[in-house]
Amino acid sequence: MENLVEIKDVNFSYDVRPVLKGVNMTVPRGKIVAIMGLSGCGKTTVLRMISGVLKPSSGTVTVGGRVVSELDQSGLYDMRRKMGMLFQFGALFTDMSALDNVAFQMREHTALPESMIQDLALMKLHAVGLRGAQHMMPSELSGGMARRVALARTIALDPMLIMYDEPFTGLDPITMGVISNLIRRLNEVLGTTSVIVTHDVQESLKIVDYVYFMADGVVVAQGTPDEIRKSEAPFVHQFVWGEIDGPMPFHYPGAPYAADLEMERARA
Amino acid sequence: MPERLLKGVRGVGNRVVGGVWRLGYAARFFAVTLLRSGMSFRRFRSLTFREIYFAGVLSLIIIVVSGLFVGMVLALQGYETLQKYGSSEAVGTLVALSLVRELGPVVAALLFASRAGSAMTAEIGLMKATEQISAMEMMAVDPVARVIGPRFWGGVISMPLLAAIFSAVGVFGGYLIAVILIGVDAGAFWSQMQNAVDFRQDIVNGVIKSVVFGVAVTAIALFEGYDAPPTAEGVSGATTRTVVTSSLAILGLDFVLTAFMFKGI
Repeated sequence: MENLVEIKDVNFSYDVRPVLKGVNMTVPRGKIVAIMGLSGCGKTTVLRMISGVLKPSSGTVTVGGRVVSELDQSGLYDMRRKMGMLFQFGALFTDMSALDNVAFQMREHTALPESMIQDLALMKLHAVGLRGAQHMMPSELSGGMARRVALARTIALDPMLIMYDEPFTGLDPITMGVISNLIRRLNEVLGTTSVIVTHDVQESLKIVDYVYFMADGVVVAQGTPDEIRKSEAPFVHQFVWGEIDGPMPFHYPGAPYAADLEMERARA
Repeated sequence: MPERLLKGVRGVGNRVVGGVWRLGYAARFFAVTLLRSGMSFRRFRSLTFREIYFAGVLSLIIIVVSGLFVGMVLALQGYETLQKYGSSEAVGTLVALSLVRELGPVVAALLFASRAGSAMTAEIGLMKATEQISAMEMMAVDPVARVIGPRFWGGVISMPLLAAIFSAVGVFGGYLIAVILIGVDAGAFWSQMQNAVDFRQDIVNGVIKSVVFGVAVTAIALFEGYDAPPTAEGVSGATTRTVVTSSLAILGLDFVLTAFMFKGI
């Protein structure tokens, strides 16, 4: 199967701190791929590389056959029109109603008549079950509803690639189920490809086709959800089953406990 | 001791370099805003109009009330002094010249900075903090053209209009005090004013000042918002900096402009 996104030997560092160290990933067309790992392991950085916000220090990121870091601004904007991104907390425009938020890209990028834009935006809202909330402002929406409106806005121009940045964070179990179901269904109905960055293991293992596990800027494990569940690799096991101690220690590295305590006593 | 001295010198150097770097960044931001202003004019009715409403129309109350009181105070103070020299009819001239040449543009700009400038900074800063700016970029919409440009031109267009309204209301306030309350002759009040105020030297110079202040305040407010760290603390700090920096910029620029316009020697 053809790969929509290919990440080859990508290294990246903010200032001097290396964030990604030789990362390789592929996202086949039409599939849902999850990138999992602890906070700060570089997952979101991978998304930013795919969308061209950040450029790798070395290695290449290819989307639809084009190397992202070689595009100029207009090339990048052309490519982003075919991409959608769902931000962690939705990032809805607070001065626009739900309908206007969804219609935003259509108004900016197409010359369609206003009545048609309204209809299309309503259809997108209907797809996420919020046609009835079309006139509500983002401040009137609950967290889950805002995430769904943002999802409708993400699919407004029927993108070929949808990126989800922590789509399940801060949602109740029902809404979480609704969102994950929508992600799966939209991927099938629209024929898109999805990349999900998440640390919600149980919810995402239900819907994804393939998983990459990252720790400390490298891919430490990968496989289908079944392989991941059965994995005996210590880190993956700890992560999937939420064990407190394991390869990822409970304590942040520091000076020996005794030394710290004695210093305290000496000061007093 | 040399260690501490070195640390002090390094600290000063760091601040200076940081300041210069930030100034350069601000200049680049300003240039980019101007270069990408096309959309603000192509979609003037849908984008820039809205910003004129937010920056201009919503500032009207504070501008009108302040203008009225400044004019009334000028008339009271002016009358008291002019009366000693037996030229109390010149109070109209005093009020009009003070307002049109100096107080109108400067006080209106100071009020504009604290009313509209701070609001712009907070709005842009919060848009950034809630990832709305990133979302726009991801949707292939240039936030500088779509968000910054219309606000900049909305502010630049509003400012001279607000200064003009401030001066006009101030003159009316002066009239209320001098003519209605104190009883200066209305004919003398208006005709002396008409004679003394020159269109080119007084009115146009005042308008030039208010345009310059409008550019300065709006550019500072937008830059501070765009550059604000995306946290609650960052946005509040940026809002404060907007008011402080733009007030200082207004007063500094006012001196420079007045010096250039000065014809007294």
